[in-house]
Amino acid sequence: MFRRLDNSAPGLIEISLDGEAMQVPAGISLAAALLYLDAIPVRRTKIGAAPRAPFCMMGICFECMVEIDGQGSQRACQREVFPGMQVSRRLDDGKPESGR
Amino acid sequence: MKDAYQLVVIGAGPAGMAAAQAAASRGIEVAVVDEQSQPGGQIYRNVDSSPLASIDWLGEDYRFGKTQVQAFRHAPIDYFPETSVWYLDSSRELGLLHQGEHRRLSADAIVIAGGAQERPVPIPGWQLPGVMTAGGGQILLKSAALVPRQPPVLAGSGPLLLLLASQYLRAGIEIRAIVDTTPRQNRWRALRHLPRALGAADYLFKGLKMILAIRRARVPWYSGAVGLQARGDERLASLRFDSGGRSHEIDTELLLLHQGVMPALQMADAAGCESDWHEQQQCWQPRLDDWGASSQAGIYIVGDGAGIGGARAAGLGGRITGLQVAFEAGRIDQATRDRLARPLINARQRHLAIRPFLDTYYRVDTSVLASEPAALVCRCEEISVAQIEAAADLGASGPNQVKAFTRCGMGPCQGRFCGASVEQILARRRAVGVGEIGRFSARPPLKPITLGQLATSEEQQV
Amino acid sequence: MSLNTINQYDTIVVGGGLVGAAIALGIARRGQRVAVLDGGDRDYRASRGNFGLVWVQGKGADYAPYARWSGIAARHWEAFALELLDASGIDVGLEQTGGYDFCLDQDEWDARAREMAQVAQHTGGEFEYQMLDNAELKQRIPQVSDEVLGASFSTRDGHVNPLFLLHALHRRLRGIGAGLFAAQPVTSITPGSGRFALRTDSCVYQCERVVLCAGLGNQRLGEMLNMHVPLHPLRGQLLITERVPRFLPCATLQVRQTVEGTLQIGDSHEDVGYDESVTLDVIARLAARAVRIFPHLRGVHLQRAWGALRVMTADGLPVYQRADDHPGAYLVSCHSGVTLAALHAGPVADWICGDDPHPLINDFSAARFDVSTPRQ
Repeated sequence: MFRRLDNSAPGLIEISLDGEAMQVPAGISLAAALLYLDAIPVRRTKIGAAPRAPFCMMGICFECMVEIDGQGSQRACQREVFPGMQVSRRLDDGKPESGR
Repeated sequence: MKDAYQLVVIGAGPAGMAAAQAAASRGIEVAVVDEQSQPGGQIYRNVDSSPLASIDWLGEDYRFGKTQVQAFRHAPIDYFPETSVWYLDSSRELGLLHQGEHRRLSADAIVIAGGAQERPVPIPGWQLPGVMTAGGGQILLKSAALVPRQPPVLAGSGPLLLLLASQYLRAGIEIRAIVDTTPRQNRWRALRHLPRALGAADYLFKGLKMILAIRRARVPWYSGAVGLQARGDERLASLRFDSGGRSHEIDTELLLLHQGVMPALQMADAAGCESDWHEQQQCWQPRLDDWGASSQAGIYIVGDGAGIGGARAAGLGGRITGLQVAFEAGRIDQATRDRLARPLINARQRHLAIRPFLDTYYRVDTSVLASEPAALVCRCEEISVAQIEAAADLGASGPNQVKAFTRCGMGPCQGRFCGASVEQILARRRAVGVGEIGRFSARPPLKPITLGQLATSEEQQV
Repeated sequence: MSLNTINQYDTIVVGGGLVGAAIALGIARRGQRVAVLDGGDRDYRASRGNFGLVWVQGKGADYAPYARWSGIAARHWEAFALELLDASGIDVGLEQTGGYDFCLDQDEWDARAREMAQVAQHTGGEFEYQMLDNAELKQRIPQVSDEVLGASFSTRDGHVNPLFLLHALHRRLRGIGAGLFAAQPVTSITPGSGRFALRTDSCVYQCERVVLCAGLGNQRLGEMLNMHVPLHPLRGQLLITERVPRFLPCATLQVRQTVEGTLQIGDSHEDVGYDESVTLDVIARLAARAVRIFPHLRGVHLQRAWGALRVMTADGLPVYQRADDHPGAYLVSCHSGVTLAALHAGPVADWICGDDPHPLINDFSAARFDVSTPRQ
């Protein structure tokens, strides 16, 4: 959904998304990284299993919640990516989604 | 971090930074807590740590923030980034989450500088992946140098929408369309405020420049748009709307919505500060005196969280309040306070001169807010306009009874994106003003915290 | 100032919380014309703070009639829930598979065991319970920590969603043709020759019978009808978490898992006057107790905390009182609006409609507050 502007700061780092290694720009929020990867949806709602993705990017909509390093319900827009970050999207009844 | 400070400022945006520095430079012991990792708030986000090759094309208003942030970094202030305030009460006790650890803090005075949030725009399908706020688009641009892969549609009304459009165009991004919901009659009503707005002619000029740039780029511009519907299955595929007497459907994978901003009031509510409904701005604002003092002793509110006025007015208001805090603490006398404040007050008035014009020109037509029965009011709990209307018709006494009956507002966002809609629906149903309807009561936690984090502080005390 | 006069209702119930709504339903079921006058959106509403327990264990250890009354209430719940579902379409989420009350130290355990034995005695063995040690407890709830000494367990306990219950009662009231007026707090009641005039800011309601179910407001309103019922607020703070995978097989006094999957953690008992606010100390304490009992909850996020004021009499027992000086005026007060709901819609409403009272109703009269009368 989003791409990096051509002359912006260089440098990609590797994170793990649902068990797969992914390259994302360093220094950005995880929510931005997920949009960069088009890893959409980032979660499904508990009631209707509806697909959701980052909405406000400023930490108040709670749509971008994913599991980070084993901790659930983390707002992806409030966390900066780092090498080796383990991210899990809860897309299927609480079980991590395998593959994109 | 100490256990107590003379002044705790919540928020490191333009207002918070200014208030902190004004107080600290007069000897007040100040702590600033902010959720983000860099100062600047939303408007000056990443201004001195930008991933962009150059920030020049983002505009001089943004660049102005750089000096503010750099001055802040050098001020004699205890600055705590990555720190969220989850608890705040009228006795000025704070519960913080500081780098994952629960900390308690008490303050002689608190300045709440938590800023604004976007007005929710509950059109059908607004919950689909691919629909975001215009503010979200701006944050991606400023903090991550990310731009839409495909030409986006920008829909709604307000200066921020135009600013984002002009910034995208300067970055070489094609915009698929601007779907402008600004009611046509606003233009005539706003003319009345034009003379006063000329006192802030630079704002008008900047606005005209943005509009001209968008026109020159031949971005399709649909005016007087109504009946917006975001359509798609697993993600956004198109936007449908009516304009110029016809129906339109535009294919797009990204829709950036915006209907203005309003003060974010959770912290003010939690501290028990009174607020009032402002008809011209169509939002709630905290009740403040000329120095920014709220109805609760020792608690001040500054910046866009006090009332939408923009970054320059926010910085000036922050300084005025910082002086007041210094005065209340006996650091400066009244004559000094008044002498120093006078030019700030005048400058602030000048920057605010544009507001009546903007507020009227971009005034949202509330009859179209939360009016489609199938549209979601509460994104968190997946509750529709129809369900809220049913609760209202059952005789729910107000927003809190609606919440009790439907669960609307009980999800993680705690009413931030549904409260305004519930108020509108109740006001419409009862044919009264929103001011008579009331609001959700605010409860902690204001930001997420786990049971384990809460328990640790308790366990440490034993 | 001209007020609207409304006189098409024979009975007015003051207060539309769990108590008032249930009683009004019982009266409406009898075919009588009844209306509920409910307070404002921000009024003290004990119903909003209710934990949702249908709870028998521990009730009435010091007063046999209360033990028996609670037991009867619990037995009527299943049928009541079905009736509400049928009539209002709302499932109140009744789960009545028993309830646990955890003991974290030996003193707690000993006191609990005594209490349970008392209640069993008062009910002639009707009340059934078990005292479980840690090992037995872990067999039923594996997530219980080693720090928990044990728990008392009673088979008749359970829980519902108290807000769904209130919603269901309100919807049923509308469906059955009862009046339900929101934002109509009663400011005065004037009795006179078999009739009552109730004033709100905009209306005067004329009726033959008035039932006070206004929670803490009952004390003031009761005085207007020469009923003396001292009431005081007792704050309870509650925590609600995000949804978690289901692990609790039934209700417990410290933690319950709702139908939606969220956890309700509570609650406190604070004598702080008319202050509904939540406090950092209590929130932290409740969270600490919850993770002490269930360590696997450490990573669970708190979603909301709130406080509400319980409506308490000095002895903690309900009040069912008919005004001595004004036949037709009644006062009902309790802090267990959920547990007793079926009885309020049943025998209590019947008594108000003029039937001979259920024998236990007389055991809760306000005469016990009259200092000139020796206590039973």
